[in-house]
Amino acid sequence: MAQSEASSPGPETAGALTTADGRPLAAALARASARARRRAFLLVLPLLAFILVTFVLPIGQMLLRSVHNDAFPRNMPALTAWFSANPRGTEPGEDAFAALAADLKGLRANRTAGEVGTRVNYEFSGTRSLFTATARNAEALAPPYREALLAADPAWGDPRLWAVMRDASRAITPNFYLAALDRARDETGAVVRAPPERRIYVLLFERTFLVAGVITALTLLLGYPVAHLLATLPLRWSNLLMIFVLLPFWTSLLVRTTAWIVLLQGQGVVNNVLVALGIVPDSGRLSLIYNQTGTIIAMTHILLPFMILPLYSVMRPIPPSYTRAARSLGASSWTAFRRIYFPLTLPGIAAGGLLVFILAVGYYITPALVGGASGQLISNLIAFHMSSSLNWSLAAALAAILLAAVLLLYWLYDRLIGIDNLKLG
Amino acid sequence: MTRLLILTTALAGAAGMASAQSITVLGWGGAYTQSQVEAYHKPFTAATGITVISVDSDNPATPIPAMVEANNVTIDVAVVEYADAVRLCDEGMLEVIDHAILPPAPDGTPAMEDFLPGMVTDCMVGTDVFATIVAYNTTAFPDNPPTTIADFFDTETFPGKRGVRRGAKATLEMALMADGVPAEEVYSVLATPEGVDRAFAKLDSIKGDIVWWQTGSQPPQLLADGEVTMSIAWNGRIFNAAVAEGQPFQIIWDGQVYEPEGFVIPKGAPNLDAALQFVAFATSTEPLANAATWISYGPTRASSAPLVGVFKGDGVTPMAPHLPTSPENLANALLSDYEFWVDRDAELNERFNAWLAAN
Repeated sequence: MAQSEASSPGPETAGALTTADGRPLAAALARASARARRRAFLLVLPLLAFILVTFVLPIGQMLLRSVHNDAFPRNMPALTAWFSANPRGTEPGEDAFAALAADLKGLRANRTAGEVGTRVNYEFSGTRSLFTATARNAEALAPPYREALLAADPAWGDPRLWAVMRDASRAITPNFYLAALDRARDETGAVVRAPPERRIYVLLFERTFLVAGVITALTLLLGYPVAHLLATLPLRWSNLLMIFVLLPFWTSLLVRTTAWIVLLQGQGVVNNVLVALGIVPDSGRLSLIYNQTGTIIAMTHILLPFMILPLYSVMRPIPPSYTRAARSLGASSWTAFRRIYFPLTLPGIAAGGLLVFILAVGYYITPALVGGASGQLISNLIAFHMSSSLNWSLAAALAAILLAAVLLLYWLYDRLIGIDNLKLG
Repeated sequence: MTRLLILTTALAGAAGMASAQSITVLGWGGAYTQSQVEAYHKPFTAATGITVISVDSDNPATPIPAMVEANNVTIDVAVVEYADAVRLCDEGMLEVIDHAILPPAPDGTPAMEDFLPGMVTDCMVGTDVFATIVAYNTTAFPDNPPTTIADFFDTETFPGKRGVRRGAKATLEMALMADGVPAEEVYSVLATPEGVDRAFAKLDSIKGDIVWWQTGSQPPQLLADGEVTMSIAWNGRIFNAAVAEGQPFQIIWDGQVYEPEGFVIPKGAPNLDAALQFVAFATSTEPLANAATWISYGPTRASSAPLVGVFKGDGVTPMAPHLPTSPENLANALLSDYEFWVDRDAELNERFNAWLAAN
């Protein structure tokens, strides 16, 4: 597009600018910038593909599992067909039991009885072996199937089982979200609360947000003076102190957590010192770990740098002359702090608070190690369903609810404080 | 769907990719894995030239379904509890093992008659019988030591914190036995909602004094640190800590829950032939007897029992009285009911988690 000396000056048409070779300037410019944009896009393409493959797709796939589980319809085609042909409330007759028997034979042949049994067991405990045991002897089933199956196990006549199988026969189901909110369906399909001794998830969601809030407040309380000190000391000293902040930050999370176990346990350093000083009696050692206290102490320490660093980066450029000017105009040191210094640090508080809170909500290793029973958070249950109970659909539903709650908080935060006020460093 | 999981886990898998001349065995870690390395892995490598890579897990049964589901199986053999072996086999997660590959006893008894009843299933070959027991630190109770499972729940007479495994299995059975349920009735009681309530009520009585553990090496550690005075534990870990390391630990055999465990091969194991070869080798008479001289877990073959001698760790302690299946240890003992746990595992663990989380 460079203008060449040799080209003749283009005809000056009225109003529209053109390039040397006579095309309208606007079009040429658009083409040039489109090419630049394409090149820029090609440059970020690897990153985009990387994020898509390693982040968006797996998470999307995981979230899909929270509403989609086809273990039943995939392995029980005849009964699934019967359910879609007959509306809810139809008494299962001989045709339904014949379909069931045919499917059970299929389960036996493909060794998939466990898969179906596990799926139904999610919503009706104790039914897993019904499927595995009956399928093991499915070859012997002969008409009339209703009598044959009820003879094999009378539980096959349970209306609740049929209601659950009907629910499970649809691959797309909201039931995992119901389970994640301590709710379930009864025989008629109505949503009811789980019995009190089985309610857990709502309690854990509340506890997770409460603990995350307490930790955020504690890190702010502890981190604010430290960041202020770092920002006001001469560089020579503040750099040295900064290393003390960063050193634990660079240490392995596991090492820091186990160090807290050594310090806080019943026969640990803290308790031994307290007993030696006579502050607590030997029989009344404090329970500082394997409970909620342990979780809060260890997580506050681990997340502290995430509060200090944004605060420091906001405090450093605040000229000390502002506060001095306020003082010289007659403000007390408290007023100068409240009216001048503190408002200037708000973006750092906002950034640090958001970072610490969101990290704390998803924390998993530390509560698992030092949380005992009362310090468990929702992420520990997600991990339990991912790796132990293998109810991935429920794990996905719990994770989706957690994600939605965090997004909601983020939106509220944007409305109240404004995301533009955030300064990460 | 599965392909995506493969992509995401491919990186993790690349590290575990083994050559044709090695197999990977997933075990429970600690003294137990050490016994298997000495008794199975080393002799197998010496005999066949196939190296055995040993990796550990809190419970080797848990990673298997995830690996099989993702089509990315990185281990060849795993050591799992009986109930887990049956459950995973039902779900099609394990290779079916042809019983014909198992060698006969030295006197020619066919393998299937040599193994104790039920020790070999479609997918599992049993290696040993372990017990979940109560152990205490003798320095905590010098005058009046605890003797029964009920004493574990009596924090008045026997003060101090208690270590308990974070999980429903064996914990609920022991709670019921401590509450006075005879061993033979435990599972019929636990099958009723009232029975489950009763077990949790018993656990409630010491809930505030419990330190929860997850890996088998934690109870000896907690006992040695003085963090707990009594703990539920696996007998082999306590035996090794007490005899090999001289810790002042004592086992209460009253109310023990014993269960077989053994080798399984996950479906799609990368070195299936070598894995089968390993399982057949390791579960022959001599290696099984050998393993029982490294840790106090009983062998599963009748022909192995007479060969079990003294503890290899010190060369003097006879192993027989320390095995869970020794007659004097079976006075009030419970055989873990795999059918019960295959069926109720998910339900009871969910209830257990809810109970644990509630204050």
